[in-house]
Amino acid sequence: MNNPNAWFQFALFVGALLLITKPLGLYLVRVLDAQGRTFLDRLVKPIERLTYRVCGIDPSKEQSWLGYTVALLVFSLVSLLFTYFILRYQDHLPLNPQGFPGLSPALAFNTAASFTTNTNWQSYSGESTMSYFSQMVALTIHNFMSAACGIAIAAALVRGIARHYAKTIGNFWVDTVRVTYYLLAPLCLVFALFLVSQGIIQNFQPYTTAHTLEGATQTIAQGPVASQVAIKMLGTNGGGFFNANAAHPFENPTPLSNFIQMLSIFAIPSALTWWLGRTLKNQRHGWAVWSAMAVMFVVGVLVCWKAEVSGNPIHQHLGVADGNMEGKEVRFGVFNSALFATITTDASCGAVNAMHDSFTPLGGLVPLFNIETGEVIFGGVGAGLYGMLIFVILAVFIAGLMVGRTPEYAGKKIEAYDIKLVMLVLMVLAATILGLTAWASVAKWGTDGLNNAGPHGFSEMLYAFSSAVGNNGSAFAGLTANPSNGDPHWNATLGIAMLIGRFLMIVPILALAGNFAGKRLVPASAGTFRTKGFTFVLLLIGTVVLVGALTFLPGLAMGPIVEHFLMGASTLF
Amino acid sequence: MSTQATSLFDGAILRQAVIDSLKKLDPRTQLKNPVMFITLIGAILSFQQLFTSKDPFGYVLQIALWLLFTVIFANFAEAVAEGRGKAQARALRASRKQLVANRRRKDGTLESIDATQLAKGDLVFVKAGELIPGDGEVIEGAASVDESAITGESAPVIREAGGDRSAVTGGTAVLSDTLLIRITANPGEGFLDHMISLVEGSSRQKTPNEIALTILLSALTFIFLLVILALKPFGEYAGVAFSITTLIALLVCLIPTTIGGLLSAIGIAGMDRLLQRNVLAVSGRAVEAAGDIDVLLLDKTGTITLGNRQAAEFVPAPGVTAERLADAAQLASLADETPEGRSIVVLAKEKYNLRGRDLAAPHAAFVPFTAQTRMSGVDLAANAGQPARTIRKGAAANVKTWIESQGGSYPAAITEAVDKISRHGGTPLVVAESVNGTATALGAIYLKDVVKGGIKERFAQLRAMGIRTVMITGDNPLTAAAIAAEAGVDDFLAQATPEMKLARIRQEQADGHLVAMTGDGTNDAPALAQADVGVAMNTGTQAAKEAGNMVDLDSNPTKLLDIVAIGKQLLITRGALTTFSIANDVAKYFAIIPAMLVGVFPAIAPLNVMHLASPLSAILSAVIFNALVIIALIPLALRGVAYRPIGAEAMLRRNLVIYGLGGIIVPFIGIKLIDVLLNALHLV
Repeated sequence: MNNPNAWFQFALFVGALLLITKPLGLYLVRVLDAQGRTFLDRLVKPIERLTYRVCGIDPSKEQSWLGYTVALLVFSLVSLLFTYFILRYQDHLPLNPQGFPGLSPALAFNTAASFTTNTNWQSYSGESTMSYFSQMVALTIHNFMSAACGIAIAAALVRGIARHYAKTIGNFWVDTVRVTYYLLAPLCLVFALFLVSQGIIQNFQPYTTAHTLEGATQTIAQGPVASQVAIKMLGTNGGGFFNANAAHPFENPTPLSNFIQMLSIFAIPSALTWWLGRTLKNQRHGWAVWSAMAVMFVVGVLVCWKAEVSGNPIHQHLGVADGNMEGKEVRFGVFNSALFATITTDASCGAVNAMHDSFTPLGGLVPLFNIETGEVIFGGVGAGLYGMLIFVILAVFIAGLMVGRTPEYAGKKIEAYDIKLVMLVLMVLAATILGLTAWASVAKWGTDGLNNAGPHGFSEMLYAFSSAVGNNGSAFAGLTANPSNGDPHWNATLGIAMLIGRFLMIVPILALAGNFAGKRLVPASAGTFRTKGFTFVLLLIGTVVLVGALTFLPGLAMGPIVEHFLMGASTLF
Repeated sequence: MSTQATSLFDGAILRQAVIDSLKKLDPRTQLKNPVMFITLIGAILSFQQLFTSKDPFGYVLQIALWLLFTVIFANFAEAVAEGRGKAQARALRASRKQLVANRRRKDGTLESIDATQLAKGDLVFVKAGELIPGDGEVIEGAASVDESAITGESAPVIREAGGDRSAVTGGTAVLSDTLLIRITANPGEGFLDHMISLVEGSSRQKTPNEIALTILLSALTFIFLLVILALKPFGEYAGVAFSITTLIALLVCLIPTTIGGLLSAIGIAGMDRLLQRNVLAVSGRAVEAAGDIDVLLLDKTGTITLGNRQAAEFVPAPGVTAERLADAAQLASLADETPEGRSIVVLAKEKYNLRGRDLAAPHAAFVPFTAQTRMSGVDLAANAGQPARTIRKGAAANVKTWIESQGGSYPAAITEAVDKISRHGGTPLVVAESVNGTATALGAIYLKDVVKGGIKERFAQLRAMGIRTVMITGDNPLTAAAIAAEAGVDDFLAQATPEMKLARIRQEQADGHLVAMTGDGTNDAPALAQADVGVAMNTGTQAAKEAGNMVDLDSNPTKLLDIVAIGKQLLITRGALTTFSIANDVAKYFAIIPAMLVGVFPAIAPLNVMHLASPLSAILSAVIFNALVIIALIPLALRGVAYRPIGAEAMLRRNLVIYGLGGIIVPFIGIKLIDVLLNALHLV
């Protein structure tokens, strides 16, 4: 780890993240306010108004939590079916120069669920499965809409907390339209142009056939990559255009594109913490949440980096002492792979620039644990914030008692019903990950999909379900979820896991938003726990880590932890 | 009943608690507490494993027994808390046994019946020397009543029909005269009965915060149940056959048994502590709300100031010596038996060494205070060469009129002095003397409200706790402001009427505050009912007592501060033990997980950081620690975590270090010690 260049890049990354948080947060204040004014108004406002008129939306009418939830669920269901059918029948649709056939039902369901839920788990490899039309219409629409939904839900929750005796929490349609028009689309436009400047391709050509120096032929995939990559990062979607994702030179050509892509994953989640502070009129609370996330992020990177630099003791005995380079792109090296892996799993992005499956056991444990803590370390766009608020409420409830008052968060008392909803979220997530992993580990369909034996194979299954429930989308790629024998179990269970992880979390969270909105605001006093400062940061970190560790430690012990000790005893998997 | 606290572990209570803790093993009782119910099921399953398990018999037996003990220990904690509460209540109840009531029939004749047969609305006669048969209201007569059975205060009090002193409590004795009382509570529904039922588990209702916490604990239990259920197939994949006994042991160690076992004891103990301070609460909810209070409405008189005004200073008129003023004031007050009058005599004596003189009737005629003259004083006949003198003291305006009617002039300096005294929150009295028909103003007396010692510090503490104090007084705003500043209250309500009190409470509540107040009069009843915590004085009217949600048997308004502290302590204790309980799990994982895996994966041995001797002793040690920690924490649960009025931030930091960090570290040490002991005794 005595690599000054890596330390410099690390510091640069954290510094850059810190720097963009407030300006972007300020912009979010305007975007997430239905009446907010932005510098894009002259250009976008007419389109926004037209959209409302065409869709018959009254932007001045707010919805109750139930109305908001129903709108979101209906919208998600319709768009899920839309994608499902496009994928099934892409051979009848345009922009398919390679003539790819339609997808199998299980794979189409898995992929539609995956993109609707902002997971972007890919059971397929893009360049050999998807037509350009499928990529650009069926998938990209979700990259925008699932990200916009995530931000909308976070906005609704925070609004609910901030309001006093209110019945409504915002308008789902207005939130998603404004987020898409004023935030995601313009940012992606600029970002895509930048990516093109770095050498990412953007075309509709058929694949190029090249003849290598050895005389072999190689097919070089083409396509509209830059526009896909921009939203895949900014919207923490993570689904690559190519199977190799951000390790592919066409998806991630330069050190600068790598740096900016990593930064763009964290950009909106980080800014949302500032927006949180602003909305709750407690800016130091926003920064406290940011700090808790940042500390966990930095520690995660250091552990992962250390594990990867130390590499494999067996290799080191053989004199190969350059860390663990297996499964890593030589252009990025150990540090940038560890950093990318930590970022992509802290957030629910799932884009990768190295193969997590090939990390050392402890190096791989970091991404796995990041996902299992609920992806609240900056997290997915919106999802990270509302996930983190679950932990904030839990932490405030337990610790708040210790100051001798009925616990309250941002002036709202936390009562039995709120705790019910918070615990419901945690129970559903734990039950789905543990239950499905348990099933897979004793079922033939489960172990058939494995590429590796022993604890490492177990890690692959645990990672797959954690990633699906957490809506991350990255994988320990040794697992084959789409086997050649057509067994649909993996595709189906993972698809269901993704839907549970998304929607069974969103519904309680919106109910929480509605319940909080209806409460009275209690003014703060010297006896109130103000949810800011050093103590709160530590408390929040403690809660996140403890809940994750207590739920998943036995599983982790039987996967990466055992594997780590076995590696020390020269047994590899 | 007195304020003596039952010692934490009274022998008789403990014996009864042991029996009760076994009775409470009834699954129907356990079902109320999901955490302990799961533990009990685990214990039963472990006993069943005795016959099927491949593990050593002794190990399974010990696990099963310790799991059972875990449940019994939790029952024991609850039983001790109940026992202490019941002992206290019994002392109160003893006073009302075998009471005979003289009930008045419709036709006016009396019949003698057992007090337990009295119903609400019955009329009873009580003569001197008899005990009052039930809670009620005096509708005829006045009598002195000994209420020491309830309050511990030996001085008798007056109870009379009408007004604010009409409420009587069952079990107190009438010392003189007769009372006709209308019974206001059915047997078993009196305040005391209510309180007794609150400390008895059977009818105890969970408070809102307790319900929220129970949901949290049940959900955690559910998650850990999933973790354990998933471990079995995980093991199957890895080729490890985890024993059922070990999985149950791990489950019980992980679920929050510590707080789950002590939760109800904490709640009951909170009620006990109130009872020890002679406060009766109608619900646990009220005690919990007391911890949330952030506005206190306090009556000035009796709470913030001593009951009466006292003379603080003599302000002589120009050309008059202070001694002459003091002398005249003392003479005028010698026969004045009001506390104000006495304080004038005392001040003159202390400051100017003027002794009280014995003025015999022929020479001195005392003029008592009347509402018309608003003056009092003395007329001295000419005697021993002294000319006849007339001295008057009273309100400035009236004395001015008197002086002018006697041909004297009222100096501007006096007017100034009077205004100054008013501005400082005092009450001015002007003293004037008339010799040979010419009146002279001698000066003013500064009567001052005396703020209770230490009250200012108490309010500063409250402020640090985030509680605002509002003083309620009938005084004019000027006086009220001065006293408020001296006492250090945050706000005041001057010239307050009951309607204004009620409006103020509503206003505070609309702003999101939780308000507590004390009151005794019938006109306080609406405000007491509106307040989130309304503490009625036992000396107050029945209406006030019914409107509030607590009654202070000592009728001490400052008690409100203790009540708030008890409420806070209750919540802190719950939070602290929850944190401790969850933090404990870290060490238990470190004890049990390596022990479970080391058989198949010997390489994992370094994870056994405590160097526990063997897998079986590691698991057993964790289970034993888990059970014993409940016993060890019973005193804390009953006494409550110490509450200090420091800010929220500081208190949280302190409790997080003790119960969070401590909760992580302590079990590492405890489990290691138990492991050493188990192996020394060859129990594994």
